[in-house]
Amino acid sequence: MTTKQMGVFQRPANMVGAINATLAQEMDRDKDVVILGEDVGRDGGVFRVTEGLQKRFGPGRVMDTPLAELGIVGASVGMAIYGLRPVAEIQFMGFIYAAIEQIFSHASRMRSRSRGRFTCPLVIRTPYGIGIKAPELHSESAEALFCHMPGIKVVVPSSPYNAKGLLASAIRDDDPVIFLEPSRLYRAIKSDVPDEEYLLPLGKGEVYQEGKDLTIVAWGAMLHKAAEAADGFDAEIIDLQTLKPFDEELILSSVKKTGRLVVAHEATTLCGLGAEIAAFVSEAAFGYMKAPVMRVAGYEAVTPMARLEDDFNPGIERIKRAYELVMEY
Amino acid sequence: MPISVIGKMEVKRLQVINEQGQADASLISLLPDSIYNKFFETITLARLYNQRALSLQREGRLGTYASILGQEASQIGSALAFDPSDWIIPSFRESGVLIAMGYPMRLLYRYWMGDERGMSCPEGLNILPMCVPVGSQLTHSVGVGMGIKHKGEKKAVAVYFGDGASSRGDFHEGLNLAGVFKLPVVFLCQNNQWAISVPRSAQSAGATIAERAFSYGFEGIQVDGNDVAAVYKATKDAVDKAKAGGGPTLIECFTYRLDDHTTSDDATRYRSRDEVEAWKAREPLIRLKLFMEKKGLWSKAYEDEVIKKASDAVDAAIKEAEAMSPPDAADMIRFTNKELTLRQKRELEELEG
Ligand SMILES: Cc1ncc(C[n+]2csc(CCOP(=O)(O)OP(=O)(O)O)c2C)c(N)n1
Ligand SMILES: [Mg+2]
Repeated sequence: MTTKQMGVFQRPANMVGAINATLAQEMDRDKDVVILGEDVGRDGGVFRVTEGLQKRFGPGRVMDTPLAELGIVGASVGMAIYGLRPVAEIQFMGFIYAAIEQIFSHASRMRSRSRGRFTCPLVIRTPYGIGIKAPELHSESAEALFCHMPGIKVVVPSSPYNAKGLLASAIRDDDPVIFLEPSRLYRAIKSDVPDEEYLLPLGKGEVYQEGKDLTIVAWGAMLHKAAEAADGFDAEIIDLQTLKPFDEELILSSVKKTGRLVVAHEATTLCGLGAEIAAFVSEAAFGYMKAPVMRVAGYEAVTPMARLEDDFNPGIERIKRAYELVMEY
Repeated sequence: MPISVIGKMEVKRLQVINEQGQADASLISLLPDSIYNKFFETITLARLYNQRALSLQREGRLGTYASILGQEASQIGSALAFDPSDWIIPSFRESGVLIAMGYPMRLLYRYWMGDERGMSCPEGLNILPMCVPVGSQLTHSVGVGMGIKHKGEKKAVAVYFGDGASSRGDFHEGLNLAGVFKLPVVFLCQNNQWAISVPRSAQSAGATIAERAFSYGFEGIQVDGNDVAAVYKATKDAVDKAKAGGGPTLIECFTYRLDDHTTSDDATRYRSRDEVEAWKAREPLIRLKLFMEKKGLWSKAYEDEVIKKASDAVDAAIKEAEAMSPPDAADMIRFTNKELTLRQKRELEELEG
C-alpha cells in the first residue's frame, strides 16, 4: 500500500525489497550500471534480492556468471576501469575470500597505481553475519579485513530505509565499496521506504537513539541487539552505517557528552573494528572519558554452525554486562 | 606449411549398462559378479538416508540439507573403487560417498543438524570434512597426493566436486599441479547439470568437463553417471593407474540432481518439470535392477529384505544422532588451536562461568 506523506510516496518494505528497488532505480538512471553474480538473474539471487531485474533489464545487464568469485570481482574491476558501474553479488561473505586478491591488489589501488588515470567505481554486495542457521561459511563477519585495506569503503545498512539511500550512494561513489547486507535483517524488519530516490552520505553515522550516560556504537544486525540491551540505560546509540571511513565527528561529539563508550559487533574482538574505534577515542578524547572503552564482540573462534551460533554471538546478557561494567567503573 | 595440426583431442564416454538394463558383454566381464549386490544395497541405503534427511528437515529436526537423489550411482560407484586407507576429499553434497566408505550415518545426520562434531572422521577412515566453499578442496588433493608420493605409499586420493566447481580457478590449479607432479589423484566431477540455477551449458563454453584434462596432460573421461557399473569401472581403472604411478585422471560423472539444490532452494523457478521427469526415468536404480534381475541377482523379496535392513540402520542412526548431547559451546574456542591464546582462555572462563 502506498501512502502519501509530505508529498513523498512511501511504502513499507523489508531490506530485500528496498535493495531490489534501489538496484532497479540505479539501473534506470544509469545504463552503465550492471549486475553480475551467481544465480542473480533467472533465480533472482538466493535471497531474491535481484528478483525480476534480469527480466526487466535483460541478461546483458543482469548476468548469471559461472561459479567463479575471483572472476566475478576481477571482471568487475575491468568493467569499472572501463567506465561501467558494476554491482557484483557474492552469494555469501564467506565466499568472498577467493576474490580478495582482486579487491586488495587491484580494486583498492587502481586509482593510486595509475595516479588517478584509472579508477574502480564498483560495488560488491554480499550478505553477511550470523543468525540464519545456515551451513559453514554462510555467517561470516569479516568486515574488519576490508576496513584495514586502504582504498576501500565499507558500508553496512541497518534498516530498509538506510539500505536504499546508502546503496544508491555506493553505486554512485567513484571508488570501490563493499556493501554488507546483514542477512538476519533481510526480512526481519520493515520500514517506510520512499519511492523517490534519495541518497544517504557515505562516511556519516546516525544517532539511532539519544542519551547522556553512555555511547554505544554498533552497525547492521548488532545495532538492534545493542539497542534492546540498552533498555534501562540512558544510552546514546550510534548506528555507524559506514564502517570505513567511519564518522569520527559523530562518535567524538557523543563521547565528549557521555564520557563512556561501548562498541558492539558480531565479529571476533581481536583486531575487530571496535579496536580501531577504541584507539581513535583514546587518542582524540582521552580527557573526556570516565571509563575505558569496552568492546563486546564475538569470541576468538571459527564462526560456528547452527547449533552454537547463539553462543558465539554476544547476546543481550553479555551486551548488558558490558554496559554495566562501563557504568560502574 | 604455415599451419599444421599439432594436437588432437579425443573425448571418451563410458557406459556399461544401458537404460534398458543391457550390459556391454566385453566390459561387464571385467567386473566381479559379487559387486552388484553391493551396488544395490549401498544405493538403497544412501537413498533411504537421504529421504529421511529431507523429512527430518521438513519437521525442523535437521538444518539446510543438500539432497543426493539421482546421483547415487556417481557417488557410490566411484567410492566403492577406493580402499579405506585411500583419501577422500568431498564437496558438501557427498553423503552417498561417505556412506559407501562406511562413514557413520549418525555423524552425517549430526553434521546436517548443524553440529561440527558430525565431521570428526572416525579413525580408520581418511575422509576430510565436507567442503562448503565450492571448488576450494581441489588443491588439497594435490597436497595429499604429494604426501603419498613423499612417503612412497600405494594409495590414491579421490576429490569430489561439481560442474559449478569446475569454473573456479582452484579447478585449474588443482588439475595442473596434479598433472605436473604426476600425482595419484582421481578428480571426480559430479556433473549433475546444475549449479543452483545455472545450467551446465552456462557454466562453460566447452562441450565436456572431461576434455579439460587434455590440456593438463592427462586422461579425462566422461562416464554415464547413472550407470553405477560404468562409474565403478572408470574409477577403478583410475585408482589402479594412480597406485601404479601413472598419475591423475579426471572423471566426469554425467548425472542429474533430481531434487532442489538444497532444502532452501526452489528449482521450479529455473528448470522445467519435463527435464526433471526425463531424468527421473534414467535414475540409477531402474537399470541396475533390470540388469540384476536378468542375472538372477534381484527379486522383490531380496529388495524388501535390503530395504528393511537399510531402514533399520537409518532409524538407528537418527536415534543415535538425536540422542547425542548438545555440543559444548566451549568447543568452538577449544578446537581453534592446540595452544589457546590468553584471550581465548579468558573467553573460555566467561563461557563456562
Ligand atoms: C565459493 C562458493 N561460492 C558460492 C557458494 C554457494 N553455492 C553453494 S553450492 C553452489 C553451486 C554448486 O554447484 P556445483 O559445483 O555444480 O555443485 P552441486 O551443488 O551441483 O552439487 C553455490 C553457488 C559456495 N558454497 N561456495
Ligand atoms: Mg552441479
